[in-house]
Amino acid sequence: MTADQSAAPPYVQFKDVQKSYDGRHLVVKTLNLAISKGEFLTLLGPSGSGKTTTLMMLAGFEVPTHGDIFLAGEAIGKVPPNKRGIGMVFQNYMLFPHMTVEENLAFPLEVRGIDKATMAAKIKRALDMVSLASFGARKPAQLSGGQQQRVAVARALVFEPRLVLMDEPLGSLDKQLREQMQYEIKHLHENLGITVVYVTHDQSEALTMSDRIAVFNDGVIQQLSTPADLYEAPVNSFVAHFIGENNKLPGKVTAQSNGVCRVALTDGTEVGALAVNVAGIGAMTTLSIRPERVEVNPTAPEIANRISGTIEEIIYLGDHLRAFIRAGGTDSFVIKSPNRTRSHHLAKGQNVVLGWKTEDCRALDP
Amino acid sequence: MKQWKLLGATAVAAVLAVSYASAQQKSITVVSWGGAYTKSQVEAYHKPFIAKTGIQIKSEDYDGNVAPIKAQVQTNKVTWDVVDVELADAMRMCDEGLLEKINPKSLLAGADGKPAAEDFIKGTLHDCGVATIIWSTVYAYDASKFSGAKPSTMADFFDTKKFPGKRGVRKVPKNNLEFALMADGVPAADVYKVMKTKEGVERAFKKLDTIKNDVVWWTAGAQPPQLLGDGQVVMTTAYNGRIFDAALKDNKPFTIVWDGQIWDIDLWVLPKGSSNKDAAMEFLKFSTSTQALADQAKWIAYAPARTSSIPLVAKYNDGKTDMAPHMPTAPANFKNAVQNDFVFWADKQDELTKQFNAWLAK
Amino acid sequence: MTTLGGLAPSKPSSSDTLVAADGTPLVRKLAQVTRRARLKAFLLVLPLLLFIVVVFVLPIAQMLWLSVNEPTIRQDLPRTTARLATWDRQELPGEDVFAALVEDLKDARERQAVGRIGAMMNHVYSGARSVFVGAGRRTGSLAAPYSKALLDLDATWGDPRLWIMIQSMSQHTTSIHYLNAVDRTLDERGNITPVPENQRIHIWIFWRTLWMSALITCMCLPLGYPVAYLLASLPLRTSNLLMICVLLPFWTALLVRITAWIAILQSDGVLLSSLAALGFVDMDTAKRPQLVYNMTGTLVAMVHVLLPSMILPLYSVMKTIPPSYARAARSLGATSLTTFRRIYFPQTIPGIAAGALLVFILSVGYYITPALLGGKDGVLISNFIALHVESSLNWSLAAALGGLLLMATLILYWLFNKIVGIDSLKMG
Repeated sequence: MTADQSAAPPYVQFKDVQKSYDGRHLVVKTLNLAISKGEFLTLLGPSGSGKTTTLMMLAGFEVPTHGDIFLAGEAIGKVPPNKRGIGMVFQNYMLFPHMTVEENLAFPLEVRGIDKATMAAKIKRALDMVSLASFGARKPAQLSGGQQQRVAVARALVFEPRLVLMDEPLGSLDKQLREQMQYEIKHLHENLGITVVYVTHDQSEALTMSDRIAVFNDGVIQQLSTPADLYEAPVNSFVAHFIGENNKLPGKVTAQSNGVCRVALTDGTEVGALAVNVAGIGAMTTLSIRPERVEVNPTAPEIANRISGTIEEIIYLGDHLRAFIRAGGTDSFVIKSPNRTRSHHLAKGQNVVLGWKTEDCRALDP
Repeated sequence: MKQWKLLGATAVAAVLAVSYASAQQKSITVVSWGGAYTKSQVEAYHKPFIAKTGIQIKSEDYDGNVAPIKAQVQTNKVTWDVVDVELADAMRMCDEGLLEKINPKSLLAGADGKPAAEDFIKGTLHDCGVATIIWSTVYAYDASKFSGAKPSTMADFFDTKKFPGKRGVRKVPKNNLEFALMADGVPAADVYKVMKTKEGVERAFKKLDTIKNDVVWWTAGAQPPQLLGDGQVVMTTAYNGRIFDAALKDNKPFTIVWDGQIWDIDLWVLPKGSSNKDAAMEFLKFSTSTQALADQAKWIAYAPARTSSIPLVAKYNDGKTDMAPHMPTAPANFKNAVQNDFVFWADKQDELTKQFNAWLAK
Repeated sequence: MTTLGGLAPSKPSSSDTLVAADGTPLVRKLAQVTRRARLKAFLLVLPLLLFIVVVFVLPIAQMLWLSVNEPTIRQDLPRTTARLATWDRQELPGEDVFAALVEDLKDARERQAVGRIGAMMNHVYSGARSVFVGAGRRTGSLAAPYSKALLDLDATWGDPRLWIMIQSMSQHTTSIHYLNAVDRTLDERGNITPVPENQRIHIWIFWRTLWMSALITCMCLPLGYPVAYLLASLPLRTSNLLMICVLLPFWTALLVRITAWIAILQSDGVLLSSLAALGFVDMDTAKRPQLVYNMTGTLVAMVHVLLPSMILPLYSVMKTIPPSYARAARSLGATSLTTFRRIYFPQTIPGIAAGALLVFILSVGYYITPALLGGKDGVLISNFIALHVESSLNWSLAAALGGLLLMATLILYWLFNKIVGIDSLKMG
């Protein structure tokens, strides 16, 4: 995707966009974002981080306080929402309750003055696409939540929009249905080649579906990268902590060279880490280590960093065990141990040695 | 023996004390039409009566709607002890058995010693009611609205060309049909004879048609002086006492046209079944005495119903207005006058009200 | 029969009835258990139920009963009633009926009831009062043959219509008051016939009442709709303030509001005086347009009084419509006008229907405003009901008019239920 970006001009572009509701606080602080055609981009962040406001500015329901938004090279700041050609799926579906499924789907076509025959064909295709061909005559209230959401998606796609926005579309579905819908939406995106901007606060949803994820916090994009990069190589401790499970160890940088640094933990142990976001020797830092990258009582010599600790608590989770360990200046160092035979000798109160490779440990902002 | 006497005296004293005490607590409700009229009754009847007997009087106003009397008597919960009603209502309720009978012999004799039956003007004593006043429905105009000729006859009230401007008229057929016929040239004495025929009623409505678009309708007796005072109308039908009162009090140039006046009486009636019947009768006797009736004219321009009261009518309570010329019964005012025919109205009110409303609505 | 309830594995039983653990059929057991709960619930509503029955249902029932059954004539003229029951209305009743009437009048005179009979008959036969009272006064001097004696006294006794009316009024269920209420009466052959044209008023007033109610409803809707929309869409603090403004008239005494309208609209009132000062209307109060004591005044004041009844149901419906619907429609390409027309407006229809029904039904039965502001052409049917209750004392006719009004309201209610569904009625 990054290759496309440099080659062709971006399909959607935010240029220095700012938004304030009250004139005192910026909800979105100087946003610059480029989205390529055909991309599935997720805006991820806690509530109040500015992700929904960004989406609403793109849809045309909010006006940027400063800056411009471009869609296919055209500034759309002054274009009303109905002229932007952007399909939108809402959290609570927002199917018009007084219309049947077919009428809901016909609505965007009717207001575009499309002839009856074409319209019928398009509606049929859209309903087939979401496997609801036989539900056309029903009212929304007669459908289940998942079916309503499929209709909402079909309605947002039926008029072949230039861009599809989804605002937490799966938020009101139960877990199982939500996962199923994630795949369906992902497949629709792949099959139709549409550009999707998706808003969610659920990181697993974002990881599952997206080409790229923009992590929002406090009105600023903290990191914009592919799901794997986001998980493997978070650039700051907010992202590291927001995406996936993470151990945070505070410490002080004692040496740094060639992108690697030595960090003294609060209990005096010194370990090695990748110097991703540190201010220099003597500065405070937070080490980030994924639980599944930690070995218990390691034997392999390439596992350079070792600290000792005591198991405080073990939780049995079926396929793996999770242990909270007092080590490295914290009493809740989490490790995940696959449920293999040899894991069973772990017990509460046991002293263990924890080890990890230097490249699995990232020194980030304190 | 002496002891017995003492005991007897004590008993009598006790009884007297009890009855005095109960008289002290006793209270009757007297219902009348409100405004200046009720005030005249309060001044001439209520205050002296309370001073004399110690019986308290609760004065209530009503709008002439006698339905509550029917309801009170039928449900046996009479709260109105004495009510001031018009003759037609008194007769009708008497026939329906809603009122106490009143024996003229029980009324006080005149100041000159004449028994009540002879002293009261003919037609003012009835089986169930005793008249207190003679009042009159007339029309009055605001003199400041007419620079040249002033209205002087009933026909002038219906002449919107000669005297342009809105007219106030009560929203009932009663009196208005009579006025219309007199304005159309029917002599006062023949009014009801003509009205008994279908053609006569048609003729009256036809005459009313000529002012229909210039009418502001009123429903309560207090409205006409207000309508005149506010300039909403240039002339209005009204009760003579109200106009007199307003003209004097507010110093307004309201002038009554007595031509074609329809005079009527107001009576006290006692709804049947009151628990205060005795006190109510006491009040009725007191308030229809020669002096009380004469005193009332000091407060309002209605004529007393007793002949013996007439010479006692003197000046208004301002001390300078001579009341005699303002009485409906004054010779100059009584030339072309007709007495309201309650029998006619008792028979025809339903039908004519319907016709009047139909006429009004179209 | 095994009655082990939950412990026994359910096996196909010979009978279809399931039984509870104690052996009673499950259906009956369930009824027993729920009956106690239902009884408790019933006891909770019992006070209100009794209250409604005593102060609402019974009086209405009594009123409706009065419209078909006025017992005065039956009770005061018992002999005449009995004789007339079989009269065929072909020719004048026979001597026996006249004799019975004279007997009845004699009794009635002793009871002072002649006036009551006369007044009652006068409601259906104009002039009957003096005919009866006249006959009642002379019962002592009347001698057989009574038919001739009465006819000599007053020729009206020879009018078959009078006898038809006596017969109608003495029946246990009579339609005469309802006929009267729709401007019909019985002719001398007992056929239903319209009353003389110059006395036809009720049907006309009924139509005008319905028409004015419709007009008031139609005026309330465009005035109330935008306000209700604002109430539903403004931020809470602002909308609360606006809600207070809407409810203020609700909290103000009706008489105060009506008096205020008189002060504003009368010919030397605030409005016309201001306009006169600006030169739009004549300075002479007598030449200014009449805005009060007529239909205009009634309309203006009633729209004002009833506006909250339109706004509140609309508001409660609009409050439940999320603004995202409009956003969805806009994002699908609809202009704001199309969005309103196709998406927002249809969803407010239950509120419109509820508000319109409420305003319409309230205005159909409104009394005090038209009574005070109505003047000559602004009065409604309720004012006629009041007239017959208060001044003509024709309670049966008032009851019949009220019965017709009740029927009209019920029909409306039924129509509403048919078209919109009563369950969509939401208030406040």
